[in-house]
Amino acid sequence: MATLSFLYLGTVIALTAILVVAFRKPVYSVMALLVMFFHIAGLFVTLHAEFLAAVQLIVYAGAILVLYLFVVMLLNVKEDDSYQRQVKLGLGLGLLALTQVVYIVSTAGAPEELVREKTAPVAGNTETIGHALYTTYLFPFEVASLILLVAMIGAILLAKKGIMGPDAGPLKESK
Amino acid sequence: MIPLSYYMILSAIVFVTGVVGVLIRRNIIMILLSIELMLNATNINFVAFSYYLDNIAGQVFVFFALTVAAAEVAVGLAIIIALHRGKATVNVAELNLMKW
Amino acid sequence: MKYALIPLLPFAAFIVIGLFGHWIRERAHWIAVPAVAGSFLLSLFTFAEIANGPPIHVTLYSWITSGAFDVSIGFYIDRLTAVMLLLVTIVSGLVHVYTIGYMHGEPGYARFFAYVALFTFSMLMLVMADNFLQLYVFWEAVGLCSYLLIGHWYDRKSACDAATKAFVVNRVGDFGFGLGVMLIFVTFGSLQYDQVFARAILVDSQTINLLKPLGGEWLIGTLTVICLLLFAGAVGKSAQVPLHVWLPDAMEGPTPISALIHAATMVTAGVFLVARLAPLYNLAPAAMDVVAVTGGLTAIFAATIALTQNDIKRVVAYSTVSQLGYMMMACGLGAYTAGIYHLLTHGAFKALLFLCCGSIIIALHHEQDMRRMGGLKDKLPITYWTMVVGSLALSGFPFTAGFFSKDEILVEAWSSGPLGQVLSVVGLLTAFLTAFYSFRLLFVAFHGESRVDPRYREHVNEPSPTMTVPLVILAVLSIVTGYLEIPLFLVPTPPAPGGVAGFSPPLGGDVGTWTMLVASLMGIAGIVAAYIIYVRSPMLPQRLAEKWKQAYALSFNKWYVDELYDRTIVKPTVDLANGLWRKVDVAVIDALVNGVGSATMLWGRTMRLIQSGEVQHYALAMALGAVVILGVYLLF
Repeated sequence: MATLSFLYLGTVIALTAILVVAFRKPVYSVMALLVMFFHIAGLFVTLHAEFLAAVQLIVYAGAILVLYLFVVMLLNVKEDDSYQRQVKLGLGLGLLALTQVVYIVSTAGAPEELVREKTAPVAGNTETIGHALYTTYLFPFEVASLILLVAMIGAILLAKKGIMGPDAGPLKESK
Repeated sequence: MIPLSYYMILSAIVFVTGVVGVLIRRNIIMILLSIELMLNATNINFVAFSYYLDNIAGQVFVFFALTVAAAEVAVGLAIIIALHRGKATVNVAELNLMKW
Repeated sequence: MKYALIPLLPFAAFIVIGLFGHWIRERAHWIAVPAVAGSFLLSLFTFAEIANGPPIHVTLYSWITSGAFDVSIGFYIDRLTAVMLLLVTIVSGLVHVYTIGYMHGEPGYARFFAYVALFTFSMLMLVMADNFLQLYVFWEAVGLCSYLLIGHWYDRKSACDAATKAFVVNRVGDFGFGLGVMLIFVTFGSLQYDQVFARAILVDSQTINLLKPLGGEWLIGTLTVICLLLFAGAVGKSAQVPLHVWLPDAMEGPTPISALIHAATMVTAGVFLVARLAPLYNLAPAAMDVVAVTGGLTAIFAATIALTQNDIKRVVAYSTVSQLGYMMMACGLGAYTAGIYHLLTHGAFKALLFLCCGSIIIALHHEQDMRRMGGLKDKLPITYWTMVVGSLALSGFPFTAGFFSKDEILVEAWSSGPLGQVLSVVGLLTAFLTAFYSFRLLFVAFHGESRVDPRYREHVNEPSPTMTVPLVILAVLSIVTGYLEIPLFLVPTPPAPGGVAGFSPPLGGDVGTWTMLVASLMGIAGIVAAYIIYVRSPMLPQRLAEKWKQAYALSFNKWYVDELYDRTIVKPTVDLANGLWRKVDVAVIDALVNGVGSATMLWGRTMRLIQSGEVQHYALAMALGAVVILGVYLLF
C-alpha cells in the first residue's frame, strides 16, 4: 500500500515538474505546478506530516500560485518561442548533476530501515510542531513574521506606479 | 518501508528540473516558477528526513522555508511588474543593462 | 694623535665648506687656507720629529676584523712619508692661495675649495697609510677628487669627458692594483706594511703557476707578480705609457689643480708606491726591469709629443708625463733616493710652470694657444722671470734643483748595469728634448712680436699678488731644494727592523762628474736650439714641420694612441653596451616587464566579456561550478 502510493505520487511529481519546465505557455506551466503541489501534499500526508500538507496547500497552491496567475495575466505574457541558446548546456548539466546525486545517494548509506518501530506519535502532528515552534524555535518564528512584514512592504512599494521616479520613461537600451 | 534514498532521488529529480528550468527559460516569470520547484524539492527532502530520523526539526524548517518562499515570490513578482513598466518585456535576455 | 690632525684639518675644511658652501661662497678660502696651513705646520713638526728619531707607527682604529682578515686605520710615518707630507702641504697651500686670485668671481668657488681640501686629505692619508687596504682606499679617493676637479666646469662637455676618461683609465690600472693587494693578502696573510716586509724574504722563492686554470704550467715568482700588479696601478695613476692618455686631457680642469694634482701630488703617488714598496721590488728584479723600461719609454715618448703642441698647458702636461717617466726609471733601476729626490724637486718647478701658465691664461682672458701669444716679456715680468727659473730647473740647468736631481738619476742609471746604461742614454736624449720644448714654450709665449688678440693686447697686466707670490715662492724652492741634501736624508729608510734593504746612498765619483757635464751640455744645447729656431729664425719651424711632415704628424697627433684606443677598445665597448641595451635591456627585460602589464590588460579585456549582463549566463556559470566541484569531490 505504501509503496503503491509513493510510486503514484512520486511519478506524478516528477512528471509535472518536467512539464512545468517544458510547457511553452506560462499558464499551462502554472497548472502543472498546481497538480504537483497537490501531489506533494499527498506525499507529506504519507509521511505523517499532515499539518505541513495543509499548510502547503493553503500557502503554495492557494496563495503563491494565485499570485503567479495574477501576474501572468497582468503582464499579458505571450507564448515563449523557444528555449534559450544554452538549452543544450543546461540539459547536459542537469543530467550530470543528477547522476552525481544518484551516485552519492546510492553509495552514501542513508538510514534504510528504522530500527525502532514507528509508534504512534504522542501528540498530533500539529500539536508537535506548535510545541516546537513556540519553545525551541521561538526566535526564528518571530524573525519569520518580520520577513513577511518586510516582504509585504517591499512588494507594495516596488509595484507602485512611479517607483522609477515620477517622470521615469522606459528603460534605456543597453549598447 | 520505502527507503529514504528513494525520497532523496525524487527530491533530486525535482531540484535538477528546477535548475534546468532556471537556465533555459526565457521568461522571467518561468524562471521564478522554476525556483519554486527547487524550494519544493528541498521541502520534500526535509520532511522525508524528519520522518525517518523522528525529529520534528525537519518539519519546522519546512515551515520556515515555506514562509520565506512566500515572501520571496511576492517581492520577486513585484520587481517583475516594476521592470515590465520600464521596459515592456519579460524576456530576461533583454534585461542586460549591467553589461560591460 | 696629533698626526691624525694633519689629514683631518683639510677634511674638516671639506665638510664645513661642503655643507655650508651655499652660504659661505666667496669666503671659502678663509676656511680652507688656514686648514692647510695648519696641516703644513704640523707636518713641519712631524718632519723635525722624524729627522731626529725613529719612524712612527700609530694604529688609530681597528676597521675590519673578519677571521684572519684584520685591517686597521693607522699611520706609518718614516722619512719618506715625512718629505711627502711636506711636499703635499706646501704645494697644496700655495695652490690654495693662488686659487684665491685665479678663481676669483667664479660661481663654483666654494665647491672648488671643498674638493681641493678633500683631495689634500686623501693624499695625506695615502702617504701616511700603514697597510695596503688603506693605501688602496685613498688611492681611489684621490682618483675621485681628480675626477671631481677635472670636471669642475661641468657644463663643458669636454671637461666632463676628460674627467670620465681620467677616472676610467685610472680604473684600468687600479684593477691590477686591487688584484695585487688581494695577492698580497693571500701570500702573506696580512696587509700591514711591516708584516709584509718582514715576511718578504721568506716568500722569495715562491712561485705562481699562471696557466693553472688551463692545465698548463708557466711559473712566475709570486713577488714578481705582486710587484707587477701593483705597478699596473702606478702606471695608471702616474700616467705612464700605455695609460698616459688621461693626463693631457685632464688639462680641461682649472690650472691650480693641474698644478696640484697633475704635477706635484696625485701623479706622484705611483712613484711613491714603488719607493714605499722598495723592499718588495728589490726582491723582484724582473718587475724592476719592467718598471725601469716603462719609465724610460714614457720619458722619451712624452717628450717627443711635447715638441709640437700648441696649447701651453698640454706642453707642460706632456712634460710631466716625461718627468714621471724619469722617476719611474730611477726607481726601476733601484735608485729610489734619486727617484724621490726628483719627485720633490719636480713638484716644485712643475707646479711653478703650471701656475705660470695659469697666470698667462688669466692675463690674456683665458687664451691657451701659444700661437696667439708673444711679446709678453715686458708686460708680465714676474711671470716671465719665474717661468724662466722653472724652465731652467726643468731643463737641468746647472745649479738649479732640477739639475741636481736629474743628474742623480742619470748617474745611478749609468752605474746599474747594461739596461741602466741604455736607459741613461735615453734619459740624456730626453733631457735635450725637455730643454728644447720648455724654452720653445717660453720663447714663443714671451718673446717676439705680440700675436695676442688685438682687443686684449694693450690690457695685459700682471695678476694679483695672491697669484704672483706663490710663483715667487715656488721659484725660490726650485733652486733651494737642490741644496737640502735630500738623498742623504732619505737613506735611513728601512721599512722594518731586519727587513730587506730599502734605499741606498747617492753615488759620486768620476761617473758622477762626467754625467753632470754631459747632462748640462744636453740641457744647454736644447736651450740654444730652441733660441735659434724660435727667436732667431721664425720661419724655420714651419719649414722644418713641412720637411719632416710624417714625424711632425706623429708628434702632433700624440702618436695616434688615443685614436688606437678609441678604435680597439672604446668603440667596441660602446657598441657592446649599445647592443646589450637594445637587445637585452629593451627587447627582453623591458618587454618582459611591459609584457606583464599588457598581459594583465589583455586578460582583463578578455575577462570583461564574461559580464554579459544576462542573469542566466551567470546562473549557468554557478551551476557549472557546483557540478564541477561535486564531480571533483566525488572523483578524488
